[in-house]
Amino acid sequence: MQKVKSKRLASAIPCLKAWRKSIRKHWQLYLLLIPVLASFIIFNYIPMAGIQIAFKDFTLKDGIWGSEWIGFYHFERFFTGYKFMTILKNTLLLSVTHMIFTFPFPIIFALALNELRNARAKSMVQTITFAPHFISTVVIVGMMTAFLQPDTGIINIALTNLGVLDADTYVSRLPQFFRPLYIMSSIWTNMGWSSIIYISAISAIDPQLYEATEIDGAGRFKQVWHVTLPGIRPVIITLLILNFGSIMSVGFEKVYLMQTSINMDVSEVISTYVYERGITARQFDFATAVGLFNSIINLIMIVIVNKIAKKVSEVSLW
Amino acid sequence: MVKREKKMRKRLSKSDIIFLTAVYFFIGLFTLAVLYPLIYVLSASVSNPAKIISGELVLFPKGFSLKLYEKILTNKNIVTGYKNTVFYTVFGTLYNLIMTTCAAYPLSRKDLKGNGFFTFIITFTMLFGGGMIPAFLNLNNLGLINSPLVMILPGAVSVTNFIIMRNYFMHSVPNEVIESAYVDGASQIRTLTSIVLPLSKSILGVLIVYYAVGHWNAYFSAMMYLQDDSLMPLQIFLRRILLLNSMEGMTGGSSLEDQLLFEGMRYALIVVAVVPMLALYMIMQKSFRKGIMIGAIKG
Repeated sequence: MQKVKSKRLASAIPCLKAWRKSIRKHWQLYLLLIPVLASFIIFNYIPMAGIQIAFKDFTLKDGIWGSEWIGFYHFERFFTGYKFMTILKNTLLLSVTHMIFTFPFPIIFALALNELRNARAKSMVQTITFAPHFISTVVIVGMMTAFLQPDTGIINIALTNLGVLDADTYVSRLPQFFRPLYIMSSIWTNMGWSSIIYISAISAIDPQLYEATEIDGAGRFKQVWHVTLPGIRPVIITLLILNFGSIMSVGFEKVYLMQTSINMDVSEVISTYVYERGITARQFDFATAVGLFNSIINLIMIVIVNKIAKKVSEVSLW
Repeated sequence: MVKREKKMRKRLSKSDIIFLTAVYFFIGLFTLAVLYPLIYVLSASVSNPAKIISGELVLFPKGFSLKLYEKILTNKNIVTGYKNTVFYTVFGTLYNLIMTTCAAYPLSRKDLKGNGFFTFIITFTMLFGGGMIPAFLNLNNLGLINSPLVMILPGAVSVTNFIIMRNYFMHSVPNEVIESAYVDGASQIRTLTSIVLPLSKSILGVLIVYYAVGHWNAYFSAMMYLQDDSLMPLQIFLRRILLLNSMEGMTGGSSLEDQLLFEGMRYALIVVAVVPMLALYMIMQKSFRKGIMIGAIKG
């Protein structure tokens, strides 16, 4: 007993010493960290304690700690509710189709841009195609709505003239157009910007590889296929896997902004449901339970996916 | 470089030409697809609204007038929103920069005891959080609901930006410089402000753009946490006008001319809302390109 204690002390003393040394040398650095850690505790960690209301019958009067425990009541209500399947389906369908359609474009774009050898043209194309990334979601959805306005929007007019659309079709409001518009606007906004990571991966490829294939008589397409594409494959795989990790987390803002009373059947996803139940209908406890269900799945997905990424490409988030 | 290009041009075979044509076509098409809506909005904003609605306006302004801008700049809500947005953006970005530096610099020093633990505290928040409702209740308890501070204080440090900055300090600021400053008797904070930060201008530029754009475009937090119109940022009014077709205190409203003005006003409003951030992006572009590449490779 005595021995164990002294052993522990013996290992604790150098540790303490190291701390003391580090604090003496770096006390100003620790000082800088204090406000940062305080901010994270106040705005990120304290709300985590609020998660308990998912298992409580929460009332504002009794507060987070004082309300009564009711177990998994809210979860049961959510899973057996008539909206559960619809919301789950909408969330998954939106994120999966979104991923399938948006994932390849930045890769193709980066590969194409790499073939553009004129530096000035290249930089001009980049400047232009990055720009939509700096435009707010409100404006993007607003532009879409304006262009698709029945009778007066420029796209509506063009499509009517081509004979593919009735002049009075309210494209931005109808359910069958919700997913396509969500995806297309996302490609417009992000294709240029998302290509950055591939562009930088391409720039890291050894130029000697190109010269070697050139000597072998390979054309430009073959060079892309046999050198560039394999060169960025680890990045592609990693990003693909990471994308799978966020399959249950559809962003709130754009879906919410694109929602109309007519397209609710396809546009209601978990995050907008949490907002509607919690903030609009004030069912704080129930909405917290729904949100918790979602963030736990997200967490599990990210951890699994990161493990896979580590195995496959030896790249991981942490 | 020039020689190499010439050499390459000589070697282009028929299949190369077909391939390159396809490539240029794709790039050209996408660039135009990005550019066209932007030009259209700009043209529409200085046109006669009747020409927009009739579909006569295709690319260049028709019936030039600045009436739409006049209409916007005299709208009380829009002016209030604009002022608020500028306020939140300037002070929010400043606060973000200070806090991110306070987090990134100490945690970039490998000999700082507890480094791993503190970094974990910060990065863990990226994986898991309380969620929308507990966050709301927390801010409610703190008395921050409907206070302008709610647009600045939460989210002081974005985890991604923290990682970008920390990696920059770790890899691009030579350790010897920092150590020698310390040996010369400069304090840690002094070393940071007079040696490390001046060496990190490009990364500061990147973070300014990221944070400023985030504040300028913020919509969700204002909708969740603010109630008074006098505190609302521009994006809230934008949504009401662009998406909910609310006339926002425009007089009349029933006459045909007012309807027309309202239709046209959307475009002028978009221009006014978008131009500052695009301008910031253009100005910062140089340091920006350098900086994001560093972030992309190492982050």
